[in-house]
Amino acid sequence: MASVALRSVSKSFGHVPVITDVNLEIADGELVVFVGPSGCGKSTLLRLIAGLVPVGAGDVVIDGEVVTDIPASKRGIAFVFQSYALYPHMTIARNIGFALETLGLSRQQIDAKVTEVAATLKIDHLLSRRPRELSGGQRQRVAIGRALVRQPEVFLFDEPLSNLDSDLRMEMRMEIAKLHASLAATMIYVTHDQVEAMTLADRIVVLNKGRIEQIGTPQQLYHAPQNRFVAGFIGSPRMNFMAVSANASGADCSVQGPGNLSLDVTLSGPGLPTEIGIRPEALSIAIQGQGKVTGTLERLEDLGHEHLAYVRIAPDIAWSVRLPNALGKVATGTSVGLDWRFEDLFLFDRDGHRLDHSMSHERSAAANEVRA
Amino acid sequence: MKTRLERREHLSGLLFVAPLIAVLVLVAGWPLARTLYFSLTDAYLDDSANHVLVGFGNFVEVASDPVWWRAVRNTAIFTTISVAIETVLGLAIALLVHGAIPGRGLVRAAILVPWAMPVVVSTKIWEWMLNDQFGVVNRAIVGLGLADHGVAWVANGSLLLGVVIFIDVWMTTPFMVLLILAGLQILPEEIFEAAEVDGIPWWKRLWSITLPLLAPTIGVAVLFRVLDALRMFDLAYVLAGANVNAMTMSIYARDRLINNQELGVGSAASTMVFLLIAFVAIFIVGALRLDRSGAAER
Amino acid sequence: MSTRIKRRSGAYYRAMRRVRQVALGCVTALLLFYVLFPYYWAIVSSTKQGAQLYESVLLPALDFRHYKELFRDANFATSIFNSLCVAISTTALSLGLGTLAAYALGRLSFPERRSLLLTVLMISIFPQVVVLSGMFELIRWFGLYNRVWSLVFAYLIFTLPFTTWVLTSFIREFPRELEEAAIMDGCSHWRILTCILLPLMGPALVSTGLLAFILAWNEFLFALTFTLTEGSRTVPVAIGLLAGNSRYEYPFGPIMAASVTVTLPLIVLVLFFQRKIVAGLTAGAVKG
Repeated sequence: MASVALRSVSKSFGHVPVITDVNLEIADGELVVFVGPSGCGKSTLLRLIAGLVPVGAGDVVIDGEVVTDIPASKRGIAFVFQSYALYPHMTIARNIGFALETLGLSRQQIDAKVTEVAATLKIDHLLSRRPRELSGGQRQRVAIGRALVRQPEVFLFDEPLSNLDSDLRMEMRMEIAKLHASLAATMIYVTHDQVEAMTLADRIVVLNKGRIEQIGTPQQLYHAPQNRFVAGFIGSPRMNFMAVSANASGADCSVQGPGNLSLDVTLSGPGLPTEIGIRPEALSIAIQGQGKVTGTLERLEDLGHEHLAYVRIAPDIAWSVRLPNALGKVATGTSVGLDWRFEDLFLFDRDGHRLDHSMSHERSAAANEVRA
Repeated sequence: MKTRLERREHLSGLLFVAPLIAVLVLVAGWPLARTLYFSLTDAYLDDSANHVLVGFGNFVEVASDPVWWRAVRNTAIFTTISVAIETVLGLAIALLVHGAIPGRGLVRAAILVPWAMPVVVSTKIWEWMLNDQFGVVNRAIVGLGLADHGVAWVANGSLLLGVVIFIDVWMTTPFMVLLILAGLQILPEEIFEAAEVDGIPWWKRLWSITLPLLAPTIGVAVLFRVLDALRMFDLAYVLAGANVNAMTMSIYARDRLINNQELGVGSAASTMVFLLIAFVAIFIVGALRLDRSGAAER
Repeated sequence: MSTRIKRRSGAYYRAMRRVRQVALGCVTALLLFYVLFPYYWAIVSSTKQGAQLYESVLLPALDFRHYKELFRDANFATSIFNSLCVAISTTALSLGLGTLAAYALGRLSFPERRSLLLTVLMISIFPQVVVLSGMFELIRWFGLYNRVWSLVFAYLIFTLPFTTWVLTSFIREFPRELEEAAIMDGCSHWRILTCILLPLMGPALVSTGLLAFILAWNEFLFALTFTLTEGSRTVPVAIGLLAGNSRYEYPFGPIMAASVTVTLPLIVLVLFFQRKIVAGLTAGAVKG
C-alpha cells in the first residue's frame, strides 16, 4: 500500500492549461474522490498520476518515491476506465489474467489468481464468455477484477459507474466501498456525481478549471465550503444564491437585497458580503409577511418522499425550497415568506470567498420580538 | 402482401437507379458479354464482323502458350510479394503515424504524394532514378562504396520484376497506410491505455491486441490490393513494354488483342484473367467471412 | 500482499524516452525522404540541361528550358486539354449518376438493392482488360475511336461504381430524422434529394469527386488503347510514349519536366484537400 502526493503539478495541452499548480497529499489507505464539472481536469489529473499523460511541470510521488519519469506500467497502480476498456476479442478469464502473462507466472498460478478474483466479484460463472456477451454491470466487475488481480498499491478509478443505470450504480458503489474496506488500499476515484463523492470518499477534492477549489471531508465541504464554487457544486438541488449590497460599520454589517431582504450580521473577518447563499433544505416557508425574504410561490413538485417549491423573489431570481412535508393549502401564485436559521446562511465576498460570520442570534431574535 | 407505400418506394428506388443500371449495362455488361462471345470465335480486330465460332480453341491456344504461363507466374509473384510488403510496411507506417511523432501532419500529407501521382509518372521517375549509368540510385551505391559499378536495374531482365515490385510498393503503400490508419483510429484508445497500465510490453500489445482488433481492416485492405495487383497493367507496361520478364496477365491479353490483332485469342486470354481474379476474390472473401463468423462463435 | 515491481530510476526512463524520441525522429525523417525524394529528384532533373543531367548534383540547376519547350509543344498542351476534358466530364457524369443511385441504394428499401450494390462492387474490381475487346467494338460502332470522348465513355466503368459506392456510404451516415422531417413536410424523394441532402453532401461530393478525378486523370490502359494519334492522347499516354530517337538517348529531362507539370496540380489538390480525400477513401473501404 502506498501514499500518493502531487507537488506543484501543471499540465497544458498545446497552449491550453488543463491543470494548474496542483498540490495534494493522499495518505496510505485513503479513498480520495476528485469531483468537478466536466472539463475541470479531473480525468487528466488521474491520468497524470497513472503516468498515461506526462506531467508538464511538478512531480508525482507514490510511496515516497518520485515517479514522474517512471512509465505507467512500473508505478504499481491499476486503472479502471470509464468505458471499462476490456479487450473485446479475449475471454473474461484472459481479460483478467492478461497482465499476469507477462510477469512470468505459470498457467496454473494465473488460473488460480483469476478464479480467486472472479469469485470475490461473483463473476466466476462468466469466465469463458466474451465482453460483448456481458451486461454493463458485469463488465464493470470484470474491469475491477482486472485491477484487483495485479494487487496494485494504488487503485485509480475514472468515472467507473457513469455508464450504468442508477440501480446498478448504487450496487457497484457499495461494492467498491466494501472493496476499499477489505483491501485498505489507497484509491483515487474520479466522478462528476456528487452522491458518489459524498458516500464513498474519505476526503473529496473539488476541482474547477484545473485548480483545486477545496480539499476536505464530505461534511467539511457541505457545511463549510470555502468558496461560492464549492458551495454551489456540493448539494442537490444546488444552493440558492442572491446578490446583495452591504454596509459595514466595524464588524457589524447590514445586508440588503431583493425580496425585502434586510439582515444584520456580525463578520468575524475582513471583507464585505456581495452575495448570500442558503441551501434548499435550510429554507422553510413562512406565512405571508413573515420570514426574511418574500417572493411568489411559482411551482410545487411532489417527489413522494419530499416536496420541492420554487419561489420567485425577483424576475431573475428563483429559489428552490426542499420540504419534508406537503405545503398544505398554499396555492401557486400567492406571496410567501422564506425563513432560515442564521447559522445556515452563507456569505460570499466579491471574489467568491466565504466570509465567516458569528450571528448574534439573540440580538436579531430580540429585534423581531420588539417589532412584533 | 405489399402495401401501396412499399410498392411506391420500390418504384421510386428503381427510378433512381435506372440511369446507373443503364450505364453499367452499356459500359460493363455488354462489353463483357461481347468479350466472352469473341473468346469463342476466330475474329480479328481489323474485321471483327467476319468470324466463325470455334468453341474453346482459343482457350486451348492460350493455355498452351508458355508466354501466358510466364505472365501468370509473373503476376502471381508480383501480387504475393508486393501485397505482402505493402501490408507489413503499411502497418508499420500506420502505427508510426498513429503515435505521437514530430511533424505528424506533415507526414500524413507527404504520404499521399506517391499515391496521387499518375502511375506513368511514378514509373518514369523511378526509371530515371534507377537508370544504369546516370541514375541517382546507382550513383549513391557506387558513391557509398557498396559496389564498384552500378546495377543494371531496368535493363537486366532478371531484376525487372523486382523493380516492378519495388516501384509498386512505393506507389501503393500509402493506400495501405490510409486504410490501416483509419482502422486504427476507430479502435478505442482506453484499451491501449489499459494495456499500458497493465505493463504489457509493446510486442505483446501489437500481437495480442492491435493485430486481432485490426484484422478485419487489414483483411479488406489486402482484398482490395490483391484484386488490384492481379489486374496490373500500366506500371509494367510503361517500364518494360511487352518484355516477358515483367509481363503481367493484362499485358499478355492486351498484347494478343491489340498488337497481334487477335480478337478471339485476346478475348480468351482476357476471359481467363477475369475468371482467375473472380476465383481469387471469392476465395479471399470466403476466408474473411469464415474468419469473422469463427470469431463470433468462439 | 503487494507484488513489488522491479523498476529503475527516473533518470533511466528519461534517457530511454529520449532515445525513443530520437529513434522515432530518425525513422520519420527516413520515411519522409523515401516518400518525397523521387518527386524532388524529378524537379531537380527537370531543370538540368544536357550533361548536367548526368551529374548527380542534388540541387536544382533552375534552368527552365525544358518547361518552355514543353509548353511551346502544341501536342503536349493538347494532351493536357484532353486529360482535363476527359477527367472533368467523367467526374461530373459519375457524380451525377452516382448521387441518384446512392440515394436509392443508401436510403430507399427495395428488394434488388443488395444485389445491385454487390454488382456495383464487383464491377469496380473488374480487370479492365476483360472489357477491352467488347469496348473496342462498341467505341468503333459509335464512331468514337481515336476521339477523347471515347475515354469519357470507357472511364465510367470504374468511376461510376466508385462514386456510387462511396456516396452510398456517405448518405447512410446522414441522420434519418432529417428526411423523416422532410417526409412529414410532404416532400417527394426527388425534393428530399435535391433540397435536403444535396446541400449537405457538399463535402462528400468534393472528396468523391476528387478521387474520381484522380482516377480518370491517371488512367492508362484505355487511353493507350482507344486513342491513336498525338492530338487525341491524354497526358499519361503522352508521357508514357515520349521517347527519344534511340534507347541511349532517352529524353529524361523533358520527361521529368512533363511529369512534374502533370503531377503538380494533383499534389496541390491532394495536400489542400487531404482530409477530404482520406475521408472518401476510407468511407468506401473500411465500412464496406
